[in-house]
Amino acid sequence: MANPLKCDLCSKPATVHLTQIVNNKVHKIDLCEACAQAKGVTDPSGFSLADLLLKASLNPEAATTGVRCEQCGFTQTDFKKHGRFGCPACYETFKGILEPMLDNMHKGTVHTGKVPQRALERKSLYDRLTKLEVDLSDAIKSERYEDAARCRDEINQVKQSVATKPSR
Amino acid sequence: MDIATLIDSPSELTDSAGSKTAIVLMTRVRLARNLDRRSFPGWANEQDKAAILETCRAAVASAPAMRRGLNVALADLSDLERQILVERHLISRELSGAKSGAGLVVSRDQAVAVMINEEDHLRIQVLRSGLQLKRAWNTINDLDSNLEERLDFAYSPTLGYLTACPTNLGTAMRASAMMHLPALVIAGQMEKVVRAVNQLGMVVRGLFGEGSDASGSIFQISNQTTLGEAEEEIIKRLGSVLQSIIDHEVNAREKLIESDAGKLFDKIGRAYGILQNSHMLSSSEAMNLLSLVRLGADLGVFPAEQRSIIDRLLIEAQPGHLQHAQRGECDPSQRDLLRAARLRTEFANFGRPEFSPSRNGNN
Ligand SMILES: [Zn+2]
Ligand SMILES: [Zn+2]
Repeated sequence: MANPLKCDLCSKPATVHLTQIVNNKVHKIDLCEACAQAKGVTDPSGFSLADLLLKASLNPEAATTGVRCEQCGFTQTDFKKHGRFGCPACYETFKGILEPMLDNMHKGTVHTGKVPQRALERKSLYDRLTKLEVDLSDAIKSERYEDAARCRDEINQVKQSVATKPSR
Repeated sequence: MDIATLIDSPSELTDSAGSKTAIVLMTRVRLARNLDRRSFPGWANEQDKAAILETCRAAVASAPAMRRGLNVALADLSDLERQILVERHLISRELSGAKSGAGLVVSRDQAVAVMINEEDHLRIQVLRSGLQLKRAWNTINDLDSNLEERLDFAYSPTLGYLTACPTNLGTAMRASAMMHLPALVIAGQMEKVVRAVNQLGMVVRGLFGEGSDASGSIFQISNQTTLGEAEEEIIKRLGSVLQSIIDHEVNAREKLIESDAGKLFDKIGRAYGILQNSHMLSSSEAMNLLSLVRLGADLGVFPAEQRSIIDRLLIEAQPGHLQHAQRGECDPSQRDLLRAARLRTEFANFGRPEFSPSRNGNN
């Protein structure tokens, strides 16, 4: 063969070739013996390609170097290596590389299922609190004491409603 | 509840009252959840993981569904205890290998298990014997809503529940059924079924997940995608796929009986004979023999109520359970002796087969 297929994970010559159909899209993956073994591809029928497709779709050349998750320090190279993210904030940090992959991986790209109502309520209260605290110190700094008093009142209000909800 | 009590208690899967369904052995629904602003277990440092473990264990153990259940750190369990938990489907192999920072909370009836610091901070799962997708979903939905009162889950309005792996995004739900499909295997139709099921966005796996072979003709069917579809829709779609597989298996059984009853009954009769008389049985051979006898119970060769004995043995003939019963670890060949002895005892009292055509048929 003039141009043998290369393993999608390590670029050695591929000997195992798998096909799976998700949402009417055909996904193909080629693996070398060693990677197939390591991934437990003993029986193609009993094996999910999603995980492998995920790694294979991470094109190393497309890597925009230097992007690092502010929350956890995860980099794009780490994602390429693990196929997993470092923390929830990584989803925002690596939005650009994730979005094109989602379409291949899932039925849709937008969540239509359960919403954690209570947790979201708490989150918006905490966000509001953080913003008010910034406003308060700004107001004090620029000697706008009426604004400061208003912020303080509002902070107390929010704190009270946080206290009535069970916290983390 | 401690681990010894749990191991000696009947579980949802071995409880004879629950095991009424031919073809579907058990239903499972799993949700992945993570705490907001905390690194995922695979990236978190030891200190973070310990803190997350503590937070999650306390929150989960105080949920009404989990009261007076088992609440342990994996580090405090022996290898044998971990293996038994894997064999009962209460923890994954991945979690059983975790050294530190991992935990488990199990309900008293062993129908609900929450793994902590597996791939995600929380992996909540509900097991039900037979085909009970909706009931499993309702149970897990309630528990999840309860946990949400005390834990801030990582969630995005557009991407749904945020998980360590993007393949679990959205609902972060895997719903699955463990199916016993011996006739489709005997008739050589499994490949076709796998392909059709894949096309419907579902995945077929061997008994213990990716990579394992389908010993005993037992397969796990689950949803492949988690984003873009609501939980109830996924459950409904999986339910209809399962029903169609059940129909195919029933048809395959009918055809086998029509075309080659002699060959089929020979397989079942021989399996029964070996289970009654052998002195060395490997785990996979035992699985395959039990699978054939189970098919016999479905076909009326054995009284149908004996299926629950087989379902219990499918779990108890595995290495961890055998060694526990023997009160100690032993090597594989000793286990094969033990397994055969155990099965001989059970099958000495098993109802005799009756191959009369009048009792044939699917239940
Ligand atoms: Zn390779
Ligand atoms: Zn991050």
